[in-house]
Amino acid sequence: MNFEEHAGKPLLRAAGIETPPGEVVTTADAAKAVAANLGPCVVKAQVPTGKRGKAGGIAVVGTADEAHEAAARILGMTIGEFKVEKLLVEGQVPIATELYAAILNDPESKGPLLLFSPEGGMDIEEIAENHPDKLLRHPIDIRNGLKEADLDGKLPAGTPDGIAALMVKLYNAYRTNDAELLEINPLVVTADGTLMALDCKFTLEDSSIPRQAELVPHGTPDKLSGLEARAKELDLKFFEFEGNVGVLANGAGLTMTTMDAVRHYGGAPANFLEIGGESYTKGTEALKLVLANPGVKSLLVNFCGAFARCDVMTDGILKAWAELKPDIPVFWTIHGTGEEEAQAMVRDQLRLEPFDLMDDAVKAAVAAASGEAAQ
Amino acid sequence: MIVRGNETVLVQGITGKQGTFWAERMREYGTKIIGGVNPKKAGTEHLGLPVWGSASDAAKDTQIDVSVLFIPPMGVKAAALDAIAGGIKKLVIMTEHVPVQDVMHVMAEAKEAGTKIIGPNTAGIVTPGECFVGFMPAFNPLVFKPGNIGVISRSGSLGTLLCLNVVQAGMGISAFVGIGGDPIIGTTTTDALKALDADEKTIGIALVGEIGGSMEEDAADYAKGMSKPIASFIAGAASPPGKKMGHAGAIVMGNKGSYAGKKAALEAAGVTVCATPSGVPEVLKEKLGL
Repeated sequence: MNFEEHAGKPLLRAAGIETPPGEVVTTADAAKAVAANLGPCVVKAQVPTGKRGKAGGIAVVGTADEAHEAAARILGMTIGEFKVEKLLVEGQVPIATELYAAILNDPESKGPLLLFSPEGGMDIEEIAENHPDKLLRHPIDIRNGLKEADLDGKLPAGTPDGIAALMVKLYNAYRTNDAELLEINPLVVTADGTLMALDCKFTLEDSSIPRQAELVPHGTPDKLSGLEARAKELDLKFFEFEGNVGVLANGAGLTMTTMDAVRHYGGAPANFLEIGGESYTKGTEALKLVLANPGVKSLLVNFCGAFARCDVMTDGILKAWAELKPDIPVFWTIHGTGEEEAQAMVRDQLRLEPFDLMDDAVKAAVAAASGEAAQ
Repeated sequence: MIVRGNETVLVQGITGKQGTFWAERMREYGTKIIGGVNPKKAGTEHLGLPVWGSASDAAKDTQIDVSVLFIPPMGVKAAALDAIAGGIKKLVIMTEHVPVQDVMHVMAEAKEAGTKIIGPNTAGIVTPGECFVGFMPAFNPLVFKPGNIGVISRSGSLGTLLCLNVVQAGMGISAFVGIGGDPIIGTTTTDALKALDADEKTIGIALVGEIGGSMEEDAADYAKGMSKPIASFIAGAASPPGKKMGHAGAIVMGNKGSYAGKKAALEAAGVTVCATPSGVPEVLKEKLGL
């Protein structure tokens, strides 16, 4: 789960890392009022995506009237796929140096990875590309955590004082909040020598949400369509696309593969919907979701039961089919745990023969969706 | 990691619904299940097998080669550390949605203790004709006919389809290694490839990957030096970037983890990447001259 800058910064402050004074506002008038208190300000769009500056979502202003003008311009902008509805108005800080600092989950070392560079103000890929000698990559043994002394002699040339202590604070915030990524870019040294976080990118690791419930209301909810929101309530993984072949499969890998095969044989998938894992008993709800999309012209059901039993999944879908009586052709391919019972159910109740090969079922579903007669 | 039929297997979480169901299936197939763990039911029996209060207690009483975890997400760290402390050298962690910082703790401890981990979020491993550990349909002869093709997959369902396709094409499976769909896992694609490269029964390999991460690219480096033929299918070519497609690890961020990058890396290593799973056994047959 992503957090906007203003929602991430309190976690830094709680760990003892300083941030500029500021307030979140939703109107230009409120931005003006905050700026009147703070003096010269930065007005920043609050959206959970990078490149806000390049998109024109950040303005440096000298007066309250300029803050009003900038806020009026930025509110309502679209940055990436997000509409700007909130601004963070922060006091300007006299910057001496810009730096980069982050802790993230690293698949390679299978532990937390500390990243630090005295070159800041650009993204980490650019730092890695242009200043590899000035980027510290320090894997951390999560059992021991991070101590200042661990960084002795490791920080790149040109690193200002106090960075080891700051990295320990950042690491503590990362651990306390089950971060997947906690990044400060830029971290700055102010004219009076204070270290301060001017930005904050915090991503809460999704599997930790159950034990970080108090953070969740501050995060940015996924942008979901009406049907996707309904699926989320049912705890089903579902995305809607533009295509016309409805896809129902079990397991993430098989569902992606079914979409790939639809595309490969010249069709367009209408959705991603997997009912594997713990949700394999939800066949009825799953079918209702797929069919609620009016663009669906044919349905492809592809089951390869392992943990999820084909007979249970098929039973759920056949029940919903009998209830909804959809007027579209359906193409089945069923293998794995419970396949014999499941295939028999389809033959008995729909008078249809499941395809032995996935490729053949996909070709038939694509042909039917495009209006051609299935072979 | 490949598990052999003579290895003993402990089931942590054996008294739960899934633990019970799959312990029975594993035992029926030939897996040497020697008992299970439930801290609240120490000293009792379940399915006619002993139940210990901890994996370390079990390991004091008897030789345990493998422990398989059917444990809810928030209990996985403690259960896995218990098994590692007991000296068990192979862990298979089925659970999805384990907090990643917990996983990293388990990985660090396992590395120090010399314990190998499969998963989390794996469907398990199958050695057809000998045993299986996890929740794969090993008992289905249309999917897991014994043979000479090793199969690696992040996904259980897609791995099942690949094994089925291999058997439909007239070949059989030497070992299935389900490595799991999480971003941080114990046995990587490369580790699994090494295990199958070293396995005498395996003459060819089906490598099933997914978008996200860089495990397939890393595996391509190792594949360059292999003489056994490899054919691959990478799921997710039609998936939009920036969205987690079911598996926490299956997400493309920028250019990282993209289908095109994985395909190019594997092809540069001499691995044929097929457009659909059914192409994989055909390529293997051709490369093996079957």
